[in-house]
Amino acid sequence: MRTVLQQADLERALTRIAHEILEANRGADDLVLLGIPTRGVALAERLARIVSRIAGVDVPAGALDVTMYRDDLGRNPVRATHPTEVPGDGIDGRVVVLVDDVLYSGRTIRAALDALADLGRARAVRLAVLVDRGHREFPIRADYVGKNLPSSTRERINVHLAEVDGDDAVTIEGGDE
Amino acid sequence: MRHLLSTRDLSRDDAIALLDVAEDMAAVQEREVKKLPTLRGRTVVNLFFEDSTRTRISFEAAAKRLSADVINFSAKGSSVSKGESLKDTAQTLQAMGADGVVIRHPSSGAPFTLATSGWIDAGVVNAGDGTHEHPTQALLDAFTMRRRLHGAASRGRDLDGVRVVVVGDILHSRVARSNVWLLETLGAEVTLVAPPTLVPVDVSGWPAVIEYDLDRALAAGPDVVMMLRIQAERMQGAFFPNSREYARTWGLDDHRFAQLPETTMVMHPGPMNRGLEIAARAADSMQSTVREQVANGVSVRMAALYLLLSGERGETP
Amino acid sequence: MSESFLIRGATLPSGERADILLEGGRIADVGTLADAAGATVVDADGLVALPGLVDLHTHLREPGYEQSETVLTGTRAAAAGGFTAVFAMANTFPVADTAGVVEQELSLGEAAGYATVQPIGAVTVGLKGEQLAELGAMAASRARVRVFSDDGFCVFDPLLMRRALEYVKAFDGVIAQHAQEPRLTQGAQMNEGALSGELGLAGWPAVAEESIIARDVLLAEHVGSRLHVCHVSTAGSVEVVRWAKARGIDVTAEVTPHHLLLTEELVAGYDPRYKVNPPLRRQEDVDALRAALADGTIDIVATDHAPHPVEAKECEWDAAANGMVGLESALSVVQQTMVDSGLMGWADVARVLSATPARIGRLSGHGEPVAAGSAAELTLLDPTATADFGVDRLAGRSVNSPYLGRTLPGRVVATFHRGVPTVLDGEVRASDEIAAAFARLAEGSARG
Repeated sequence: MRTVLQQADLERALTRIAHEILEANRGADDLVLLGIPTRGVALAERLARIVSRIAGVDVPAGALDVTMYRDDLGRNPVRATHPTEVPGDGIDGRVVVLVDDVLYSGRTIRAALDALADLGRARAVRLAVLVDRGHREFPIRADYVGKNLPSSTRERINVHLAEVDGDDAVTIEGGDE
Repeated sequence: MRHLLSTRDLSRDDAIALLDVAEDMAAVQEREVKKLPTLRGRTVVNLFFEDSTRTRISFEAAAKRLSADVINFSAKGSSVSKGESLKDTAQTLQAMGADGVVIRHPSSGAPFTLATSGWIDAGVVNAGDGTHEHPTQALLDAFTMRRRLHGAASRGRDLDGVRVVVVGDILHSRVARSNVWLLETLGAEVTLVAPPTLVPVDVSGWPAVIEYDLDRALAAGPDVVMMLRIQAERMQGAFFPNSREYARTWGLDDHRFAQLPETTMVMHPGPMNRGLEIAARAADSMQSTVREQVANGVSVRMAALYLLLSGERGETP
Repeated sequence: MSESFLIRGATLPSGERADILLEGGRIADVGTLADAAGATVVDADGLVALPGLVDLHTHLREPGYEQSETVLTGTRAAAAGGFTAVFAMANTFPVADTAGVVEQELSLGEAAGYATVQPIGAVTVGLKGEQLAELGAMAASRARVRVFSDDGFCVFDPLLMRRALEYVKAFDGVIAQHAQEPRLTQGAQMNEGALSGELGLAGWPAVAEESIIARDVLLAEHVGSRLHVCHVSTAGSVEVVRWAKARGIDVTAEVTPHHLLLTEELVAGYDPRYKVNPPLRRQEDVDALRAALADGTIDIVATDHAPHPVEAKECEWDAAANGMVGLESALSVVQQTMVDSGLMGWADVARVLSATPARIGRLSGHGEPVAAGSAAELTLLDPTATADFGVDRLAGRSVNSPYLGRTLPGRVVATFHRGVPTVLDGEVRASDEIAAAFARLAEGSARG
């Protein structure tokens, strides 16, 4: 197992993403950050804090559970669901930034786009991820990436966040087995 | 979870997990688009050997909101009432590719027989069997209590220390049985109030206090009073002299209702016999949860169907 | 195969080891015997020789319910279980409530050849509990009926029960009562107690049995009649019977093998194989029944063999039929519950499963001791054979046995009926072989 991002790297990556979001959006107007449970929610909250601090206005964060929209439910044991929490008065006309920890096949994001459509009509939807490890199975790409991490399918990427796991780190393991 | 047959064998963690999923389902019920794609392509059969429009439409709404295909199979007036066996019916449903069967049956244990016979692979949900159990009713009752007590902070919580008084025909009530087991599992304290004729002959093993005096039970200021329906046919069985005496002795009338703390929830699984087991004032009060119970029923049944049918098949609990 | 048999080295009920010679339909000799010319030798080393078993309570289902059992298949099951005589209950269609029906039953039994079939007559017309059946005509018929029962239904009307008890005194008959208070057991599905409350199944309270037994022993005392109580199932019933016997009332009682072994906990899975009337009771009841059988309060074991077609048991509990097949398993269950537990010896088994039931039913030629001069009705049991009780052990038409998949001790190796083996080497013989053997035997005795 080796560590690819340490706490300071992680902080730097999020700060860079926050700047990029504000730059692309030309400010903080209408921004809503929705994290995909579980670690995406914590990342969205962190990002929202950083974006708010830079822009000087409150940018809301929430949670978007995609479990019930997944296309692989019947192939796995039953998954626990998580609350969906959309801040304020919904997503109609807002720019939604989906936040997740790892972008891999793209299936989670496909499910998230469906879930989002049932919540309302966003003006635009963007995607921010901490790690992009490749191996996409859908025509989906991230707008904001903390770290591109080309990996083999045999490897496991572990994202640790203080809110969930007690520490901040991204590690990779199992490649040479 | 492979089947949902009783609350007796439901662990605390499983029960709370189901109630938590129901919270997420309830949130979906509050938005404009109430439908989820979750069970697309799955077929749910409502197999009702007893008339119960309320329970059937609640399950039907739950299955449809999860995008399952729903087939309603009312056994009354069909080949089943003409002597077709449960086995043949089950094999018909199997041939039709049923993924889930919601069964309401007048014989205690019939859902258990359906689930364990090997006649069918489908997940089985007990929607009320004889005088045995009605697990989704107890789950929606617990869900309703938890929401009233804890609101948005309900997730993950049990009913520790909640004092519940259940009043009425305990002997014949599947709702009472399912509630007794589930409430015990969730940490509530249950008192059963009934005329002695309507209590099973030996309830020494039940996690509940038996009380014949309703006023004494209510004087303790319980958190919940759950009134059970008195079936008309009990009048003939010499269980009590007549409905007037029953209402006077075991009914939640205006006077008894007025004595209750304002925080006490008044529950009823429906349909109510107004003026018999419950007076209109109690039924229509702010303390009454009757309409919430109906709405919550859909969320809880969505959760049950989700947990039974969304995962890969052949999974054991 | 010759028609005389020399059984070598059997263990008698008394525990003695002896050879037994069967010749001309009788037990010719018992002791240390020399080879007999022409006799087939049966090695009975380690086997227990019991008088042929007699079942006072069998449902043969014919006429009327041949999809469940016939006299032929039912007596084949009897032979497989070591029985040489069965009393056939009256709840056939038509009901055995006339001389014609009981004589038909008798003839079917004679034709089958596996065991003596002694018909039981109904107490009331059509088992309806309203009007006495022609008890005298049945008693006087070729079937010589002595046991009368509405089994399946209780003779509930106290006046009718009193009259029946009185009437059968004229021909030394006995009323075998199915003790079940009908009002207390409306819709009853299982023993009433903590478990019935949990399972939501309507209860069959012990008091519904005990109150009828109490009434009936008092009636029997009052009119000085003989009473037999079918399938006693509760500890309270045992107390009532014990009290009645202490008072000198002429009452006998039976217990079924399943009530000696199985308890109501089995109902928890709603498997209709365990649905029976009277229902399976609590462990306390089982213990009391075993003790009562051991001390003589309960006189006999009777199977209540009740065959049902598969569809009558492959259904929800409420819809399932009551009853279990029991002929093939009875001796094994008695061995497990009474002998292996140390409560009884083999002489007691001979008494409760052969001598006493024959005496209660006034059936001659059965239940005689294993001794020279007795009728050649004999069962050889291997008590050391312990095996899974599988469907291969069932020899009747129905398979509704509660013991399938259980391990039971003992196996019937041979059954001799009127000197002819109906079971040999553990296998039930074909009916045409048995018929041929009887023919040769008749020829031999005519010549002799």
